Order: sequence, then C-alpha cells, then structure tokens
Amino acid sequence: MSETGVPTRLFAVLLLLWLLLNATLSLESLVVGVVVAGIVAFFLSASLSYLSGYRFTPASLAATLGFLGYFLVELVKSNLAMATIVLQPRLPIDPAIVRIRTGLKNPTARLLLANAITLTPGTLSVELKGEWFYIHWVVATTNDIEETTRTIAAGFERYLEVMYG
Amino acid sequence: MVDLFLVLSGITVALAFGLALYRFVAGPLAVDRVVAFDTLTIISVTGIVLVALAANRIVYLDVALVYALLSFLGVIVAARYLEGGE
Amino acid sequence: MQELLGILGSFVLFLGTLFLLLGGLGLFRMPDTFTRIQAGTKATTLGTLLTLVGAALIMPAWAIKLFLILVFVMFTNPLSSQYLARAAHRAGIKFRAHTDHLAEDGEDLA
Repeated sequence: MSETGVPTRLFAVLLLLWLLLNATLSLESLVVGVVVAGIVAFFLSASLSYLSGYRFTPASLAATLGFLGYFLVELVKSNLAMATIVLQPRLPIDPAIVRIRTGLKNPTARLLLANAITLTPGTLSVELKGEWFYIHWVVATTNDIEETTRTIAAGFERYLEVMYG
Repeated sequence: MVDLFLVLSGITVALAFGLALYRFVAGPLAVDRVVAFDTLTIISVTGIVLVALAANRIVYLDVALVYALLSFLGVIVAARYLEGGE
Repeated sequence: MQELLGILGSFVLFLGTLFLLLGGLGLFRMPDTFTRIQAGTKATTLGTLLTLVGAALIMPAWAIKLFLILVFVMFTNPLSSQYLARAAHRAGIKFRAHTDHLAEDGEDLA
C-alpha cells in the first residue's frame, strides 16, 4: 500500500466523475474540473484514502468481476428469499444477532464486505468491531462462529482478499 | 407497449410509496420512521426517473442524483441523532 | 432494434418497480425494526438496479448518468441501512431475536 500515489489516483477518479456528470468535453468544464479536482485531491487525500489499497493486477481485476457476478446472483437470491417470507401470511422468521470473524484489514474491503452482507440472503451488518462483524440474521440456523462465518462471509472474502490483499 | 409498462410501473411505484408511507406515519419508533423515510426516498428516485422518461428530459436525472445524495446525508444525520451521539 | 430494446427496457423497469413494491410490503408487514430494515433495503436496492437498467435500455443516451445514480445507490443504500441498524441497537430498542451476541459482548465502542 504505497501512500505516494493516493492524491494522483484521487485526482483521476474525481476528474473522471466530473466529466461523466457533465457529459461534455468543453474547455470550460475541463478547466473547472481540473482545478477543483486538483484542489480537493491536494487537501483531502489524507481523509479520502478509500481509493488506496486496491491492487491493479490482472488477478485482482478478475477477482473484481467474480465479486460482482457472485454479488448479483446473491442479491437476486436474497430478494427471492425475502419475497417468499414477506408474501406468506404467517411470516416464517426466526431472527438473531450473530457474530462472524473476518481477516480483512483494509477499510474499503471491510466496507464492501459489510455492504455485500447486507444485500445477501437474510443478513444485515449491524456493527463492525475489529475482526468481529455483528450480523442480524432473519432466519438464523446456527450460533456457531465458524459455521456462520462460512455461510455468510466466506464467499465474498475469497474475492476481497485478492482485491485488497 | 412501452407506454403501457411505464403506466403500470408508475402505479406500482405509487403503491410501494403508499406502503412505506404507512410505516412512516405509524412508526411506532423514531427509528422505524427514519427507515421508512430512507425507503421512501429510494422509491422517489425511481419515481423521478419515471418522470424523466415520461417528459423525455435528461435534466431530471440530475435531480434524482442530488436527491439521492441529500437523502443519504439526511438519514445518516438522523441516525447519529437517534444514537444519542454528539 | 431500438423498438425492441425499448419494450425489453420497459419490462425490466416494471419488474424493478415490483421489487420496490415488495420492499414496501416488507416494511409494512415485518414485526420489528431490524427485519423491516432488511426487507426494505434488499428489495429497494434490486428494484432500483432493475429500474435504472430498464431506463437505460429505453434511453441508451442516458446510460452514463443512470449508471452514476446506480453506483451511488448501490453504495449508499446498504450503508445507510447498516448505520440505522447500528443506531437502533445502540439506542437499545426492543426486537425479536433468540440470540444477541452483540449485547453479550457489550457495546464498548470506538
């Protein structure tokens, strides 16, 4: 994780975002974009370091695609599961808050894992404390840490470990 | 065909909005209301996109984007307050 | 060709609004705050995803801006839900659960 490239990377992302939002390449918008993105990147690179840590390697890009694909499948599954619960008159739920353990250190990777958990079948991240994530589970089947970790998080961690190391 | 589906979508969005609005009014907890508000704004974003399609004006998409951004900040602030934080 | 895409897009868009309705129904029916958050956030995220993809199929020229909205919603929607869930738990609301590891471990927080 080199810290020297952060302002440059932040600048590039901000400028790209600005140009996409404007949807033009006119001189004025380009100049304004460069100036503002430059100022923001210069002053805020320390607090906006969320763009650092991602590894630009072929394996990492492949893992990103895998993550997205797996995530979309899980999102659809989670919605179908939620639909079957909500549409049944007697609401078959059995909720609990369980803890799982993660080895991820990078803040962005942890954010992505928490977000992914929230959008996958029956789970919602409630609290993140160090290596422990606390998950609200609509149909909790087990209290065992190893097993909940495997069921809830392992599928995403596999990709995130490659992406953020 | 496209128009028919757009009208159906509009009706569905209105129904979804109504259900979430019930939760917003009924509560019972303040947190429930904020959750309902969060859902209402997401539904509204889709509503604005539908309006943009119906009126054929892309500028409404900017409205939707800024709306989503501000509502996100609003929910975060409300959550902070409910938490009893400073 | 664009005709066909438009019909496909409007169908996808309609499907997305059905998921929004599901989210509204979940919010309406679920018994406590956490389950409501769950039902609300999942269904509306997929719903918004589908409606925006549908809109992009109808209006391909708008795809970039719709994509930006999509990325923003995909990041912030689960995030605000988590934040609300955490606030609700810290505020000590009552909810249905047969186990609560978070309460057991105590809320000594950073």
